Amino acid sequence: MDTKRTTFNNRLLPYLLLAPQLIITLVFFIWPAAQAFKSSVEREDPFGFSTVFVGLDHYRRLLTDPNYLDALWRTGIFAVAVTVLSMGLGLAFAAAVDRVTRSSRIYTTFLVWPYAVAPVIAGVLWWFLFNSSTGILPFYLSKFGIRWDHDLNGTHAMILIIIAAAWKQISYNFLFFLAGLQSVPHALMEAAAIDGSGPVKRFFTIALPLLSPTTFFLFIINVNYAMFDTFPIIDATTTGGPAQSTTTLVYKVYQDGFVGLNLGSSSAQSVLLMLIVMVLTFVQFRYVERRVQY
Amino acid sequence: MASIDVEHVSKIYTGGVRAVTDVNLTIADGQFIVLVGPSGCGKSTLLRMIAGLETISEGQVKIGDRVVNKIEPAERDIAMVFQNYALYPHMTVRQNLEYGLKNRKTPKAEIDARVNEAARMLEIGQYLDRKPRALSGGQRQRVAMGRAIVRKPAVFLFDEPLSNLDAKLRVSMRGEIKRLQRRLGTTSIYVTHDQLEAMTLADKLVVLNGGRIEQIGAPLEVYHAPASTFVASFIGSPAMNLVKGELHGDKLAIGPAMIDLQGYTPASGTVTVGVRAEDLRIARADEESLPFRLDYAEELGAQRLIHGLVGDQPITAAVSPEMELLPEMRIAVDIRRLHFFSFETGKRIPGHVPAEAKLAPPEPVL
Amino acid sequence: MVENRPFLTFLTHAFLLLGFAVVALPVYVAVIASTHDLQTLLTGSVPLLPGSHFIENYSQILTGASAANGLPNYSHMAMNSLIMALAIMAGKIAISILSAFAIVYFRFPFRVLAFWIIFVTLMLPVEVRILPTYKIVADLGMLNSWAGLTIPLIASATATFLFRQFFMTVPDEILEAARVDGAGPMKFFRDILLPLSRTNIGALCVILFIYGWVQYLWPLLVTTDTGYYTLMMGMKRMVTAQDGTIPWNFVMAGAVLAMLPPILVVVFMQRLFIRGLTETEK
Repeated sequence: MDTKRTTFNNRLLPYLLLAPQLIITLVFFIWPAAQAFKSSVEREDPFGFSTVFVGLDHYRRLLTDPNYLDALWRTGIFAVAVTVLSMGLGLAFAAAVDRVTRSSRIYTTFLVWPYAVAPVIAGVLWWFLFNSSTGILPFYLSKFGIRWDHDLNGTHAMILIIIAAAWKQISYNFLFFLAGLQSVPHALMEAAAIDGSGPVKRFFTIALPLLSPTTFFLFIINVNYAMFDTFPIIDATTTGGPAQSTTTLVYKVYQDGFVGLNLGSSSAQSVLLMLIVMVLTFVQFRYVERRVQY
Repeated sequence: MASIDVEHVSKIYTGGVRAVTDVNLTIADGQFIVLVGPSGCGKSTLLRMIAGLETISEGQVKIGDRVVNKIEPAERDIAMVFQNYALYPHMTVRQNLEYGLKNRKTPKAEIDARVNEAARMLEIGQYLDRKPRALSGGQRQRVAMGRAIVRKPAVFLFDEPLSNLDAKLRVSMRGEIKRLQRRLGTTSIYVTHDQLEAMTLADKLVVLNGGRIEQIGAPLEVYHAPASTFVASFIGSPAMNLVKGELHGDKLAIGPAMIDLQGYTPASGTVTVGVRAEDLRIARADEESLPFRLDYAEELGAQRLIHGLVGDQPITAAVSPEMELLPEMRIAVDIRRLHFFSFETGKRIPGHVPAEAKLAPPEPVL
Repeated sequence: MVENRPFLTFLTHAFLLLGFAVVALPVYVAVIASTHDLQTLLTGSVPLLPGSHFIENYSQILTGASAANGLPNYSHMAMNSLIMALAIMAGKIAISILSAFAIVYFRFPFRVLAFWIIFVTLMLPVEVRILPTYKIVADLGMLNSWAGLTIPLIASATATFLFRQFFMTVPDEILEAARVDGAGPMKFFRDILLPLSRTNIGALCVILFIYGWVQYLWPLLVTTDTGYYTLMMGMKRMVTAQDGTIPWNFVMAGAVLAMLPPILVVVFMQRLFIRGLTETEK
């Protein structure tokens, strides 16, 4: 890893500069992660007096537990739905704003602020909109013969959190797509126009292929977001229900650990999640490395 | 003011790569030295070791009487001008000039006097309150020089200071640097890859190649007696013609042609023969000459460069633009201006064909 | 825009305005709902025009109506949110700029190891290892304290990484010129690197302020003392702790208050915000 061509030669100073960051990282990140790994291969007796080493027992049990596998499957659906919805809308808005150069600044302002809304609030707002006794959306849906009830209907609850999660993330995708579109060389678009391709065709044959690195990057980021950052949305609205139908992997770690007090299983789930995060981060990092080169 | 002694200095990077090998160099007080060579020849590394920005792996550097190997750059009594100017972008020109002096706790009145003097000398007085970003390349370069001047150091170090400027500005700044250095009399080391810049600036030229010194000498000395084929091809434009020749006694065979060296026998067997383009001319019908097949010509205005082949070896000659160009021509050579190099090592074989050798009359054609 | 197609341009504007309307809908409804009384809201459908209880609702939550749920009033919680967001923001920037400085401008044993230790934290969002982290904080006696609320959240690989990337783009010659000018490491840091990083620090401030402001799970776990409650936790308590009906008018007024500061920051510092966002997440 590179440094500067010349560096300062103090011996002690760099350690002092690094100390605050490193100490916090070790105490609050590395150590707990190691603890999680340790408890994932042990079992505590019900009174917490002794622990036994149980190897991969917790993992084996998890991977055969239909509840866990359901949560895994559900998380996948949730993540993909949130990603597709928010990226699709983000891209559509970005393409539109990119077309209206003169007013792009004001439209950007119109579209970026949901990023600043806390997930918990995003959850509550949509929950309110869909609330069966006060919300306006169930009122309109009933006209189409849909009886909306996210308190009892698991699918409705899932749709609710997907919408809330995707809504908050649109701004993010919009900004990245817009930056990507604006970096497409103008001359390229003009060349294509001279070659006789219209605005819509240009978008699909030139801009979109050139955006593929951005798209890939956003895909990873969005999956990451849907898996981990949506915790408050779920916790403030459905709390994983009804009947586990909105319990994602992260929510299950929390529930089994803090509510169910099942330390071993919760830790094993933590470790599995960390593995997933590491794979995602690794993929993302490879991508960053590649992008840095050009 | 100080002299500089570089003694057996080498730079070896981790991994064993040698950037500079066993360099010895003595620079007298007030001298203007230019380190010149192609990129990667170690010239910048050498300069940076003298500056203290790079550690010295072997050998020692003395500035004045002091060995400075372990001394911080700030304490070496040097000032440096960088290729990209390295001005502090958030400071005004004045603050840029003052920064080094303030760090040295120079009294305020003294700082002001020096800054004003430097500003006057470099004609940057009206920019003192601007940020570097508001200045042109040439103005930034002046500020960078100003930053060096205000310090009144014993040594100026220049690391390719003009290579970011456009061609015209480079020529005028070159003159200014030379004049300034004369006036201040400060020992200077200047690094460049531009041989023309090197020739015009140097009191003493140091040609580096592959981390070693190829030749040290006054610019004309180096031009007229290059120590190796490398120096011969690097210094001077167009580059010296270098062709393979066979010596049998005082007869030199170049491809199909034969040249009589009139009793001079520098070596025997295969040698590399060097001749500058301006030492070749188009032959008259009656003189000894080489067959030349014209490839193309370059017009320089005062001169015309003709490129072609003698036998199968490429040759460039500088001739008068009035001469008629033909696909097949004959060119004559002034044998006293031939250079001989060992074919194996590329080292110069000392000596020239003596001046009293019988020659075809060298009067101009026309 | 390469060629002029008025109809397509019209469609584009129409699409964007419609999009904005949909995106803004939940917030609009929240603002409207916060101006009505609870009875109106419970009649079955929320009205689409403002009501007359604006001052009443807001003054009540700001000065103590929510105390009924065992919550401090909203001005207190807003202050807590602000303290927490600012502390996390300042802490993250301070420790990461120092560590990036060490990693880029010094060569020392274990440098690469240190970089990787910091970098792996990128991979571990707090939600993933929540239980063991909670235990550590509990063991250190940091539950219900500002230290416990903020310190575990201020280690940030992202900010360190950003500063590292930025420092790498500062020309080597600037450092060399400064060394020749007699600046030691801390002097160089203060006189040159810090002023040069101004824009980056500004951009990070925006991003990290929002990050700190919206924190949810961590404060929820480490504070049981309501004196430390932030707006986000107030939100959660309001919609869950109550048996029976939820006081939607207060909930929505609270939501508006909790949304307002970060939205204002984003809107008024849009340039810095966009820069911060696109640079940090690379």
